[in-house]
Amino acid sequence: MSLMQELNRKALRLGIPLSAHLDITYRCNERCEHCYLDHTDRGEITTEEIRSLLGQLADAGVFFLTLSGGEPLLRRDCFDIIEAARARGFNVKLKTNAVLIREKEAQRLRSLGVEQVQVSVYSHRAELHDAITKLPGSLGRTLAGVRRLRSAGMKVTLANVLMRSNLQDSAGVQALAAEMGAHYTLDPTITPMIDGNASVLRHRLATSQLETVFHDANLVGDVENFCAPPPAVDDETREGLPCSAGHTACYISPYGDVYPCVQFPLACGNVRRQPFLEIWQHSPQLAEVRAIRGKDLSVCSSCVHLGSCTRCPGLAYMEGNMRGPSSIDCEKAYVRTGIAPVTMQNPQAAAHRVPGLVQIETRQPLAQLQTVS
Amino acid sequence: MSETYVARSAAVAARLLGGEMVVMSAADSTLFSLSEVATVIWQAADGRTPLSEIARRICAEYDVTAETALGDAEAFVTELARHGILCVSDQPIPAAEIGIKASDAAS
Repeated sequence: MSLMQELNRKALRLGIPLSAHLDITYRCNERCEHCYLDHTDRGEITTEEIRSLLGQLADAGVFFLTLSGGEPLLRRDCFDIIEAARARGFNVKLKTNAVLIREKEAQRLRSLGVEQVQVSVYSHRAELHDAITKLPGSLGRTLAGVRRLRSAGMKVTLANVLMRSNLQDSAGVQALAAEMGAHYTLDPTITPMIDGNASVLRHRLATSQLETVFHDANLVGDVENFCAPPPAVDDETREGLPCSAGHTACYISPYGDVYPCVQFPLACGNVRRQPFLEIWQHSPQLAEVRAIRGKDLSVCSSCVHLGSCTRCPGLAYMEGNMRGPSSIDCEKAYVRTGIAPVTMQNPQAAAHRVPGLVQIETRQPLAQLQTVS
Repeated sequence: MSETYVARSAAVAARLLGGEMVVMSAADSTLFSLSEVATVIWQAADGRTPLSEIARRICAEYDVTAETALGDAEAFVTELARHGILCVSDQPIPAAEIGIKASDAAS
């Protein structure tokens, strides 16, 4: 077992939120066509509120802190927040479009000891990237920012969200990453908007495109392993947890709302009204999320893919039932393995969801893991 | 005999989790889990306290000879310095030289 796995197990056993994702703003200088956010500022938490929150998160045991948005650098106090986070000992990862990264910002991130910066790049071609971000000149500015970060010695990951319109450019973005000495990661997940509006889902990859992605060794590595049939479902799988959301990870919005994950818009409390630890330890919503085991999933518990499915409880929640299937993950399981999940064998089961829920509204790098005794 | 001073690097993240200090280097993303005694050394590495004094504290708290404590402390410091996690000097290390205040990174 790696040290990271040990750490996760320990955090789970002790009830520690090892990772937190904090969006410090939803405002953005881009208007990406697939984005799930409402960019209007509805009363962001202040610098002092964030300082207090960081102290609470540190006391609760949060170690990995992702700062994101919106575009976090649009906040004038962004570097004050990063400095406060680093002074509290967090491992900080920053997600940005890098449009506002000049040499000064790159050097500052380096001197503050930010562990890595993740930058969204949709295409190596300006005409397509800029069409997706709806910000003319954005690719040029983003890549200039990435180069400044690299020159400052920062570790950078280019995050390539794959959609119908840009799939063909994934190789181009990979080549860009290699040329700049950056890591590359892909994400084929498009989520509904935080207000429940599902119109952005039209950008999701078509099934045939997913098939292309999942069988491309340049994108998934070992195709045979990636597309292997699911392992037999055993007791350990049935007693297993769906994912780390709400167990060792959480998400906090720019308005102080606490959720199990950025993709799981189940409001569990607000740090403006309650201390973070009180929410983390006593929220009925988090208790409900934590109670769910594989055997409790209304449809998926009888699915052959239970042991290897990437089922996202947040996406399932957005479809109406956190214990139900997440249809995009059913599709992914099928495309990966060629084996139909239970929702395809019995579509009526998939339709059995809890309707009418109000919808209010991510490693580590390939680290060398060591133990020093 | 010259003294050795150690300070935590500004480019690391650290957290005490269930009595175990977890440290990660931003430079190479290496994760360390420190033993109880190593955690004592880590927390005392403020750039001002000589390593010999840190070893004395270990002797006072654990059943170990002064010679062993100092030897283990030196080996530990050398190992972490190799990964850029600790700064080592024969002079006290001012906070400004290691960036973020050393005392802040110990929580």
